[in-house]
Amino acid sequence: MSLDLAVYRELVLALLPELVLTAWAMVLLLLVAWRHRTAGDLRLTAWLTLAALASTAVAVWWLWWNRAYAQGLPGMLAVDDFRWVSDWLFLGAAGLTVLVSVSYLEREALLAPEYYLLLVFATLGMMLMAGGADLMVIFLGLELMSVAVYVLAGFDRKSPRSAEAALKYFLLGAFASGFLLYGIALIYGATGTTNLRLIGIQVTLTQGPSVMLLAGLALLLIGFAFKVAAVPFHMWVPDVYDGAPTPVTAFMATGVKAAAFAALFRVLTESFATAAAWRDIVWWLAVITMVGGNLFALVQRSLKRMLAYSSVAHAGYLLVAVASGTAAGRSAFIVYLVAYTLMSLGAFALLAAKGRRGESDVLIDDLAGLATQRPWLAFALATCMLSLLGFPGTAGFIGKWYILVAATGAGDPALAAILVLASVVSAGYYLPVIMAMYMKPEPTAAAHAEIRLGRLGDAAVAAVVAALLLFGVWPNRLLDLARTAGDSVRPAATTQPPSPPPPAPPASPGS
Amino acid sequence: MYGRWVLTALLVWPLLATLLVLLAPATRAKYVALGASLLEFALSVPLWWTFAPEGGMQFVADYAWIAPWGIHYTVGVDGISLFMVLLTTFLMPLSVLGSWSYITRREPGFYALLLVLTTGMIGVFVALDLFFFYVMWEVMLIPMYFIIGVWGGENRLYAAIKFFIYTFFGSLLMLVAILVLYFHVGQATGTFSFAYLHLLADLHDLGNLAPWLFGAFFLAFAIKVPMFPFHTWLPDAHVEAPTAGSVILAGILLKMGTYGFLRFALPFFPAVALSETVQAAIVALSLIGIIYGGLVAMVQPDFKKLIAYSSVAHLGFVMLGIWALTLQSVQGALLVMINHGISTGALFFLVGMIYERRHSRLIDAYGGIARVVPLFAAILTIVSLSSIGLPGTNGFVGEFLVLLGAFRTYPVAAVIATTGVIVAAAYLLWALQRVLFNPLDKHENEKLTDLTARELAVLVPLLACIIWIGVYPKPFLRRMEPAARQLIEQVRSK
Repeated sequence: MSLDLAVYRELVLALLPELVLTAWAMVLLLLVAWRHRTAGDLRLTAWLTLAALASTAVAVWWLWWNRAYAQGLPGMLAVDDFRWVSDWLFLGAAGLTVLVSVSYLEREALLAPEYYLLLVFATLGMMLMAGGADLMVIFLGLELMSVAVYVLAGFDRKSPRSAEAALKYFLLGAFASGFLLYGIALIYGATGTTNLRLIGIQVTLTQGPSVMLLAGLALLLIGFAFKVAAVPFHMWVPDVYDGAPTPVTAFMATGVKAAAFAALFRVLTESFATAAAWRDIVWWLAVITMVGGNLFALVQRSLKRMLAYSSVAHAGYLLVAVASGTAAGRSAFIVYLVAYTLMSLGAFALLAAKGRRGESDVLIDDLAGLATQRPWLAFALATCMLSLLGFPGTAGFIGKWYILVAATGAGDPALAAILVLASVVSAGYYLPVIMAMYMKPEPTAAAHAEIRLGRLGDAAVAAVVAALLLFGVWPNRLLDLARTAGDSVRPAATTQPPSPPPPAPPASPGS
Repeated sequence: MYGRWVLTALLVWPLLATLLVLLAPATRAKYVALGASLLEFALSVPLWWTFAPEGGMQFVADYAWIAPWGIHYTVGVDGISLFMVLLTTFLMPLSVLGSWSYITRREPGFYALLLVLTTGMIGVFVALDLFFFYVMWEVMLIPMYFIIGVWGGENRLYAAIKFFIYTFFGSLLMLVAILVLYFHVGQATGTFSFAYLHLLADLHDLGNLAPWLFGAFFLAFAIKVPMFPFHTWLPDAHVEAPTAGSVILAGILLKMGTYGFLRFALPFFPAVALSETVQAAIVALSLIGIIYGGLVAMVQPDFKKLIAYSSVAHLGFVMLGIWALTLQSVQGALLVMINHGISTGALFFLVGMIYERRHSRLIDAYGGIARVVPLFAAILTIVSLSSIGLPGTNGFVGEFLVLLGAFRTYPVAAVIATTGVIVAAAYLLWALQRVLFNPLDKHENEKLTDLTARELAVLVPLLACIIWIGVYPKPFLRRMEPAARQLIEQVRSK
């Protein structure tokens, strides 16, 4: 299905998923204006949110199924597989977060259904970031997402730590947005456009990019590095992740990071594929993020802080995929993010169930003896940890493997070697979790009796574990999807004009 | 027909049995595990007869697994891996039986992990696809990690994580090397595949990549062997592991390292492996392993640690035999691999049995117990003599062949290695004397009971193998000869 974005009706079609989600957001907004007092209201909103996310996913599926692609003049929206698959990823992360949040919000007495509404708006922002073919759309998406997440981080109003997290996140996030916007301005100054494709053509045509363009690119990279929490722009991560309510932390670590990466991939590929300047920067950023994130995580005793720093390390692995600058790198990003979203949401969900009052006081050693008392929970957490470690048989391994393939395929085995060495360090903090659960005796007979995930939470965790193991052994379908998605984003110069028809049909769509 | 499914069955059956063990009542878990591992052994026995020595890779099964990356499930055995597979299936029922009364808590978990471990180990030995090989290489880490960490001795947490991180470290660099090989061969031939034979056939002029790749493979395998100076995880892991864990660790896991050298590191990078520096370094490290391992074993107060260090020495012989690259020495190395599995396995079983009675592994805690437990003493003596390499036992044949073969390539090294045999005699005989023969001066030892029928059932098959290989090694040598010859030609021709 070809869509000419200059035609109003076809633009609406191209925006269908976002429009569906926006419509739902309006409905939810009206609903919570009336019903926002009881736990029942909360649950109703949660179910409606799930319905909203599911129907949006169907809208995305419809466009994917019809192999929509854009035709005509470069518009403000990208219409390609990369966008659809990223959208599914965000919707899935949001959906899992909702499932985990239901019993959490009730337990912590955060009886405000606006929580779900903010999740929906954040998801909408993410979808715009992945779908924007124009720096302005990407920036708008980023702000929409960020503002919603600032509020979510401080959602536990009675907790000073939560408030601190929100304030820190807001201040540093605003700062990062400033960098990003200034970068966009400079790029506009250098090229006269904010459209990714047109920038790409300009960059290709001019021999040697101007200083202004390079400065803009650098500021852009800094802005994104803040959002994905790359070292040395990660300073906000531990306190914000630690202070925010745990399901929100999970959402930030997965969805927010995924969205920033998706936009980064698109910008670097479509606009700056021919500008070599960013490669060295991203290369070094990847190295220090992997090394730094892992070393910081190694010394943490609190499970939540450990997971926070480990998410920094994972941003480093993803930056390796960015640094490769190839289609394989973009596909690896998709596969890795699917795995990472699943495993870190699973880990955070179990942490949320274990803890009280913000969970920052749950030490790794507090899990001692979990395996004897709650064997299934221990098994689930152990699977997540092994997957985070990148152990064969889990999705985390397939993701890491794909990144390694991308790095070595791009002729950079040194970066791959650094990645695996950093992974060895990560064994030093993931394994103690397993060790505590399986190899240390429980302190008291009732030490883990109070852990409750709730029925929805149980379902979410079970789905996560099943998916991790399934993709670990049989990733073929996921790989196909990721490959077409990775191929669909191309450097501007190679696809002008016109847009080519989409690649071969997916093997068996819809399953 | 048998040839097509047997290896797959050997890989899948333990996993199915794992479910059975977990579903069975906790008190019945060990019976299920014993039955399952016996069946596994029975399945594997016909390999011995149906294997055709001159037939190259056999029992091959090949299915696409992750097709877009050229990853296949490819398995097969030749004269090198055949014995490793059989050794694995042979030791597993004995390990289950040997844990019968040793493991008293969380039994289903323990036996389930033993079975998963079986799959992992067999997978390593039969894999003919490097991706599959890598997956299996890692998969076997987790069960062993849990076996040491949950059922081990006092210092088990430290030993478990050390074991895990050492192995993980080596294998991950190997993973990157595998990928570089994959792209290198893929770009040269246009076929991107992880198939072992494909990579082997088309691996030409790696240029200055070769030393790096060899280094990555070397590190992975040398840690596993373990070669001096990468051996420090071994004493910890051995001492802390429960009996079955030690037996499997020594009997099979260490062989993965030497197997890796035979299967991958040597044939892939002959030029690097046979360059003078590398040769000198590996021979020197092997000799250090032989002598140093023996000397350190001599001063161990802990019997289990003594055996652990003796493993370092034995594996030194294997490495020397492999790198000497003569027909005798390679065959000898393969035989030492088998013998070490049998003799050291038996030694660990014996130490475990006496530990169950007395709850001490210290040599000083015993003395003169030959009078109290004559059967135990007799078997311990025979097994120790086989480990020393007394003619008439399996140990002699293997080490003699290694020395004989190595003498042609590295005469000086062979002479030095021979002194290692003397050191082995010294530490084991001295230990025997202190445990079995000195005066019976500790009254706790006066009431020790002799071996039970179950314990004999564990030891007698091992004794039978010790004598069989010692007296009539020909069936073994005949089956490994063509594969060893082919390996040598392949390496020498490049």
